[in-house]
Amino acid sequence: MARISLQDLRHSYLDVPRTEDDWALKRMNVEWSDGGAYALLGPSGCGKTTLLSIISGLLMPTEGRVLFDGGDVTDIPPDQRNIAQVFQFPVVYDTMTVYDNLAFPLRNRGTAEVELDGKVREIAAILDLEDTLKKRASGLTADGKQKISLGRGLVRSDVNAILFDEPLTVIDPHLKWILRSKLKELHQRIGTTMIYVTHDQTEALTFADQVVVMHEGTVVQIGTPVDLFERPKHTFVGHFIGSPGMNVLPCTLEGATPYFDGVPVPTEHPAPGNGGTERLEIGVRPEFVSFAEDGIPVEIVRFSDAGRYQIVELRHGEHLIKLLAPEGAALPSETAHVRFDPAHTRIYADGWMMG
Amino acid sequence: MTNKKAYPKAWLFVLPVVALVAFNALIPLMTVVNYSVQETFGNNVFFWEGVKWFEQVLNSERFHASLLRQLTFTGIILSIEVPLGIAIALTMPTRGIWVSVCLVLMALPLLIPWNVVGAMWNIFALPEIGLLGQIINGMGFDYNFTQQPLSAWFTTILMDVWHWTSLVVLLAYAGLQSIPDAYYQAAKIDGASGWAVFRYIQLPKMKRVLTIAILLRFMDSFMIYTEPFVLTGGGPGNTTTFLSIDLVKIALGQFDLGPAAAMSLVYFLIVLLLCWVFYTLMMRTEEQ
Amino acid sequence: MTIELKNVVKRVGAEVHIHETSVAFESDGFNILLGTTLAGKTSLMQLMAGLERPTSGEIWLDGRNVTGVSVQKRNVSMVHQQFINYPNFSVFDNIASPLRVARMARAEIERRVGQVAEILRLSGMLDRKPHELSGGQQQRTALARALVKDADLILLDEPLANLDYKLREELRDELPRLFKDRGCTVVYATTEPTEALLLGGHTATMHEGRITQFGPTAEVYRRPAGLRTARVFSDPPINTASLTKKGSRLILNDRVGWPAEGARAGLPDGHYIMGIRPHHVTPRGTGPGTVELEGTVLVTELSGSESVVHFDLDGQTWISQSQGIHPFKIGAAARFRMDIGKSKLFDLDDKLVAA
Repeated sequence: MARISLQDLRHSYLDVPRTEDDWALKRMNVEWSDGGAYALLGPSGCGKTTLLSIISGLLMPTEGRVLFDGGDVTDIPPDQRNIAQVFQFPVVYDTMTVYDNLAFPLRNRGTAEVELDGKVREIAAILDLEDTLKKRASGLTADGKQKISLGRGLVRSDVNAILFDEPLTVIDPHLKWILRSKLKELHQRIGTTMIYVTHDQTEALTFADQVVVMHEGTVVQIGTPVDLFERPKHTFVGHFIGSPGMNVLPCTLEGATPYFDGVPVPTEHPAPGNGGTERLEIGVRPEFVSFAEDGIPVEIVRFSDAGRYQIVELRHGEHLIKLLAPEGAALPSETAHVRFDPAHTRIYADGWMMG
Repeated sequence: MTNKKAYPKAWLFVLPVVALVAFNALIPLMTVVNYSVQETFGNNVFFWEGVKWFEQVLNSERFHASLLRQLTFTGIILSIEVPLGIAIALTMPTRGIWVSVCLVLMALPLLIPWNVVGAMWNIFALPEIGLLGQIINGMGFDYNFTQQPLSAWFTTILMDVWHWTSLVVLLAYAGLQSIPDAYYQAAKIDGASGWAVFRYIQLPKMKRVLTIAILLRFMDSFMIYTEPFVLTGGGPGNTTTFLSIDLVKIALGQFDLGPAAAMSLVYFLIVLLLCWVFYTLMMRTEEQ
Repeated sequence: MTIELKNVVKRVGAEVHIHETSVAFESDGFNILLGTTLAGKTSLMQLMAGLERPTSGEIWLDGRNVTGVSVQKRNVSMVHQQFINYPNFSVFDNIASPLRVARMARAEIERRVGQVAEILRLSGMLDRKPHELSGGQQQRTALARALVKDADLILLDEPLANLDYKLREELRDELPRLFKDRGCTVVYATTEPTEALLLGGHTATMHEGRITQFGPTAEVYRRPAGLRTARVFSDPPINTASLTKKGSRLILNDRVGWPAEGARAGLPDGHYIMGIRPHHVTPRGTGPGTVELEGTVLVTELSGSESVVHFDLDGQTWISQSQGIHPFKIGAAARFRMDIGKSKLFDLDDKLVAA
């Protein structure tokens, strides 16, 4: 187990980076405490896999240092960093049995057979692989193979951190739930630091204690799932997290009250001071938009039944607003008014949260 | 598959090739079968002999000897070229400008006409004026491929390795390139040694490609004719007279068409049988 | 345009990929094939496209028997999961390719391609090659190619599965708009129930080569004809338990009971299976129409706005999904409220008896 720190880390895939865009990872400083479950969340190309490769040692950063428990490991190769990694598609040694696959890392390190037998069986029991130990690894289904990949990391008692690179990509949706909650259960039992890279917010938010949201090589926000949901610091976080994402509407400020198209929008988080020439926006999640007697006039465009809630698309002028209504609730037919919950309405300047 | 009858015109396109193959391969094959069961003394007079030629061939000492020579040759060739080819493929660069350079270098020996290869090595290995001949003799060995069986074998094998290892290299290289990086990364993290990576990742993933390479090399070396013939003529004596060379000697040298035809059919069947056995074994181990 | 499958069977060697199936798809809204991988969705699509011939049975398009007609003659477009584009062609050439095969005039090709590129927001990229585009852009190119042909039948085989979850959301919103008012029949395959619900239209749930139910999406969701359909159409997985009816009471697992009301009162006494979706099992006090359950918590997954709690109920694992954050500890005893009005009863033959 280890505390992982990234100091002044920057990475570029080009030999001579010139502009800011040439850097795949912009300068960052991040601290991950011992034993936590973390997620690196962001769209394709945001740099999360690059960051994971730097932590695991498969990639050397252009600038900056990686520290495990205060010790500089930037130059140390992966097999000496005591990390385990689970990849996007299952990596198993086809010619070996499940047992041999799990025993492989221990055998490479010279562990005695008697000792490793106990460890292999223990991990196989935790992962529900006991019945398949004698089978050839190539014969298992995708989720079985991913479990083997995971198991190879868990058998080693000296593991500092387990890194996951979008591990549920090839798993069937109905098995994803099971495997995901298994990972969560594992973390709660074993307590190793786990870092999970994904572009799926449900995976990230359900697994992690702390989520690192990334966009175009920058860490935009680090926080608990609740933090990210209730207090998104950037409109990108508001948009990316939540399905559907946060409504972002342009506004103007008069005094401390934001106005959307002439209609005042009360908020419990007013802007400090007055804005200059920045782009001002209101951010409010569809969960906190509700129908009301008065407020912002809208017309109903469409509503979709999503099972446990309904998504209503509304239009005001050329702006689209989304609203979540409970299952089975009656909806107005053509026009209506909506209100935003003041406790969850925030003002953003140039994308960043004010106040 | 969708309706094949929808495309009757397609057969017209294939007709010329079919005619060509029929003329060049099927008719001669039928002729050989014809000769193998008959005896002729010329003047187009034929006597039915039935399986007499086949019995003669299968029982002849000469046939057994060349078959043995052939099997030994093929065995040595495969055991050198396959590991060597894989080893070279493993050391070839995977990225950057040197990739094209290496691939071209590897392809060069394969492009040379086979009789030129034989002629090249002939001169190269001559004991008095050839570079190789001079070097080996200079090292203290008594080397003369025109007179000593061992030297003749050595030279023939060296020539074949030089000529054909590249094929194995190129095929193995292609197989290696298709292995995703994640496997190497996982092996690194598992602390696997270079040998373990080779045994558990590279070799299994290359299996299909290696099957093709071995099959090709087996067939080609078993039927080899041009290069050893130009190099040694089958000598000294008959020490490098492989099956095909022997066959030609009987057919054209002695003009024993009957036995020759029978022998070539037996030859054909042996190659077919060995290929089939080998292929089935490889496919069966894969299914497991 | 109606496509109808009449008693279609597909056998490959000894395996039956599609058991005898008869179904008709119309052009009003999306027709969704929902099922796990290997359920037969792709096989069914290949039969409809004409890429494969049925072992027996017929396929009719708008009243014409097209069973023997090759795919080139059927006026069909197909979009696959793995963004399939001609790698050597520019985006323009990719989109224009079906029109060129049909030998359309150049001016007409340019007009149509321009129109479709506009709809799919590809206008600025017409001269780029596929490998220079992002995943979303490549898939939009494939969609454009399917649209421009103006085919009668458009088959979409999990087209969004390889995209970022957020991109998937955005494209999913756009898709119904793209295909509206074109008079074509759209068949869309997916493994995700939420996607089926949001796309609306009609859904055919598939399981092991059979269509278990076909009807308007919301109806298949709320009134699944069988437990198998309910399972396929639930994400997270539906909770099931055995239920006994004795006289006027329904008893769960021989422990918790409640009076049978409404349609359920009329059922014969005996054993049944109850299915209830996780979002109808919530951790709050008692209320009308609800029954309390007590279980031991196994794992809690907290996303920003919801809690998913896996708990053990008499040896079975149940899942509860609710709004708000409920951080239970592992092993804690917890109470949950089950909305029995929303439960579905199935008889032992797997048929729905009450919903």
